[in-house]
Amino acid sequence: MAMAATRFLIRTATASRNPVFRLMSARTQATSAAPASGSAADMLFTFASPSEVFYTQAKNVRQIDVPTMSGNMGILAHHVPILGVLKPGVVSVFELDGNTKRFFVSSGSIAVHPDSTVQLLAEEATAIENIDSKAAHDALSEAQRRLGAAKDEKQKAEAQIEIDCAEAAIKAASGVYQ
Amino acid sequence: MSFVVKAVGILQQPANGVLLWNNTSVRNMATLKDISRRLKSVKSIQKITKSMKMVSAAKYAKAERELRAARSYGMSAKSFYDSLEVEKVEGPQKQVLIAATSDRGLCGAANSSIIKNIRAQLTDPKQNLEGTKVVAIGDKSRAGLARTHAANLLLSINEVGKRSLVFGDASAIAQQLISSGFEFDSAEIVYNKFKSAIAYTTSRQKILSNEAIANSKSIQVYDSTDADVLRSFQEFNLASVLYYAMKENATSEQSSRMTAMDNATKNAGELINKLTTYYNRTRQAVITTELIEIISGAAALEQKN
Repeated sequence: MAMAATRFLIRTATASRNPVFRLMSARTQATSAAPASGSAADMLFTFASPSEVFYTQAKNVRQIDVPTMSGNMGILAHHVPILGVLKPGVVSVFELDGNTKRFFVSSGSIAVHPDSTVQLLAEEATAIENIDSKAAHDALSEAQRRLGAAKDEKQKAEAQIEIDCAEAAIKAASGVYQ
Repeated sequence: MSFVVKAVGILQQPANGVLLWNNTSVRNMATLKDISRRLKSVKSIQKITKSMKMVSAAKYAKAERELRAARSYGMSAKSFYDSLEVEKVEGPQKQVLIAATSDRGLCGAANSSIIKNIRAQLTDPKQNLEGTKVVAIGDKSRAGLARTHAANLLLSINEVGKRSLVFGDASAIAQQLISSGFEFDSAEIVYNKFKSAIAYTTSRQKILSNEAIANSKSIQVYDSTDADVLRSFQEFNLASVLYYAMKENATSEQSSRMTAMDNATKNAGELINKLTTYYNRTRQAVITTELIEIISGAAALEQKN
């Protein structure tokens, strides 16, 4: 847990660069696969759910915050390669032009590869604005009822997962992102 | 005595006795009726193939749209398996072949090419048959492989893709595969990779087992990969890749069915044209024969008088 938190701060120095330089480096990389120049644009970000694609090898991303089973982590370019499993929560994508997009994910996986490609695969994902808070509350009470009625460990675990997910959705809808 | 006269140029290959222009039976109306019956049945077949084509065209459009999203998702998932370097393990390998087919036929060679691909491997003498299991998704692959390799079937899944495939289907299959208790060293999904509306290639997608991933050298570069995380990651990745392969396959199947039904409709149209011409000629021949009979009968009477 603690380790994941410290990773938050790795290589923050690379984030602030001259945009012109960044543009150039992106171009040289596209033409001649230049070695990593240390700019944030080196990150190739893919974020998709089975039915929707949000980013495909996008270069315009500075930082991504993801909730994983081993804690929340922020990913910048040249992050240490990791494999992780998502937990229900909010993924924040900070784009180069200053926009921040937030998505709710139910579960999934994150992979940061040695070549700085980041792959975020969510089982279900949607923009935060699309969360129906009332439906989430309904799902929560339904799941709680089922947890009470659960007969075996498996049912219990399933109900617990639903509760976690619904709680996270409610939190996300009310504007609590971490 | 009966002899066969082929109607010149119209029917090169009489399909069965009904179509033979038999001089002895031109006289009676049976031939004419046979042709009209045949014509009717071909017309209704054409109607069926035409509507099947329309249905699969609509399904294809939907599948193609969904594939576009699934592709980006699947490519990421599959690149994990493709990029990982695994060392070759000596000795007999336990392998799982996953046949991604469907329940329905009438889609050209889409399903049979997958079955053929797997059967070719199973019948290879070098193949370690005891260590190879097949997961048959879709009734077609089960039926196709159960005949010759029933002992190798590990799982069979049907009723997939009746409605369009969702991630839950793939993860249920992955769950079944994981809980089947068969510990494989390597696995491959055999599926049809969609290329365009008229083309697909039968491809294989490699899947690595938990051990293979854990023992791989390239996994060392990833930070803090404890066994639990790796296992969850691998299971999710398996479901994702399975979903992707099945999505590709579903699109190929619909496009293939569309082409097959289009061809069938065209062929039926050709057959209808031929039969209509043949029908009209036969009808005329009957009329002509009747006229000749009347005239020659009248002439014979006149001569008597």
